[in-house]
Amino acid sequence: MQEYDIVVIGGGPAGLAAALSAREKGIGSILILERDRELGGILNQCIHNGFGLHTFKEELTGPEYAYRYIERIHAENIAYRLHTMVMDIERKDDGTKIVTVMNSRDGMRHICARAVILAMGCRERPRGALNVPGYRPAGIYTAGTAQRLVNMEGFMPGKDIVILGSGDIGLIMARRMTLEGARVKAVAEIMPESGGLKRNIVQCLEDYDIPLKLSHTVIDIKGKEHIEGVTLAKVDEDRRPIPGTEEEYSCDALLLSVGLIPENELTRGLGAAMDGRTNGPKVDGRLETTVPGVFACGNVLHVHDLVDNVSREAAEAGRYAAEFVEGEERAWRQ
Amino acid sequence: METIEMTCIICPNGCALNVQTEDGEILDVMGNSCMRGYAYAQAEVQNPTRMLTSTVEVTGGELPRVSVKTQKEIPKGKLMECARQLKGVTAEAPVNIGDVVVHNIAETGIDIVATVNVPKKTSFL
Repeated sequence: MQEYDIVVIGGGPAGLAAALSAREKGIGSILILERDRELGGILNQCIHNGFGLHTFKEELTGPEYAYRYIERIHAENIAYRLHTMVMDIERKDDGTKIVTVMNSRDGMRHICARAVILAMGCRERPRGALNVPGYRPAGIYTAGTAQRLVNMEGFMPGKDIVILGSGDIGLIMARRMTLEGARVKAVAEIMPESGGLKRNIVQCLEDYDIPLKLSHTVIDIKGKEHIEGVTLAKVDEDRRPIPGTEEEYSCDALLLSVGLIPENELTRGLGAAMDGRTNGPKVDGRLETTVPGVFACGNVLHVHDLVDNVSREAAEAGRYAAEFVEGEERAWRQ
Repeated sequence: METIEMTCIICPNGCALNVQTEDGEILDVMGNSCMRGYAYAQAEVQNPTRMLTSTVEVTGGELPRVSVKTQKEIPKGKLMECARQLKGVTAEAPVNIGDVVVHNIAETGIDIVATVNVPKKTSFL
């Protein structure tokens, strides 16, 4: 079985910053596990600018921000495996962690680690979590899926778009779809104010005259095979649709930007205690979960607004994981 | 004298600015937390500019698209025209960060540069 001092689960902004910081603390044997085809995580599809104002004191696009870290990963010779899915993490009685991984080249393998850093990020809340009535036609995407299709694969989800939810990804996608020639008819937000950054309301909606309909939600989806339209309605303070306020919008795609949920199947499988408020694991001041030697950082811990904050938090997790490994080493020598 | 309300988009703080102007000249900017907000208000009144980010097709690369940006901010009114021009552009792999993909987009005098590396296609196995 291959052995590493620290195994980092996830090669996005959190995983990269954590691995680099552990290396700075003198840890030689580090492995990053990434299921996608490249390092960088969600930054690769965030082609807009605005990243790195805190970390690098300049405004970078997502891929550029990721590359700053990937370059250093290469320079530091930190090992990573792509196309590799982590299936399970288990803590043995002697304190070592066994990470079960799978990819199409090696099949299933076990990797032994002294410390594990969880950096799996988060998922988008899907349609199923919203209870929107109507059929289940094609043409309904989470905003992040649409972002990946447009920015990385080169497919347009539709020409006439309605966006439900005004999270930052939804706002960014409203602009992106407009620039690609689609018509974004409305962004509906059930709350009386947007959850997105104010700068994104200005530069993604107002710049392109896209209406933001606050206190509005989708109450019906039309179309059986493919989406043909949606009905929006105003909601009251209890978020109940107000009869008589219905408006019809024809569209061939509906994008959902209705929240992010930390992705913690592995964390739960490991038996770490969870925090009901953040949907992430409970951690102490050293970002260590209730499972000794397992640390968490980035969006898997709680959803962050800014990647700069993810990088900073992850660097701390990397440092604490390195201290944990050093502590074990000292104890073993004595 | 005219008063314009605007939101600064320079950083995530998103300061609410109150800008007093006369004949297109800035008299005063209130609500900004730093001087970048003042400069933003000035540009916004006289010649609003934005960065444009997009993607263009790549042939023979590891990835089908390469993400790109304008090297500098371009006039806001030129955004859609630039975006339309980029639709017909194809780059050939390898493309590296900073490579110029389009010179002088839409006569703005500003180049479109790549923001990601796209190496030539190789097999994963």
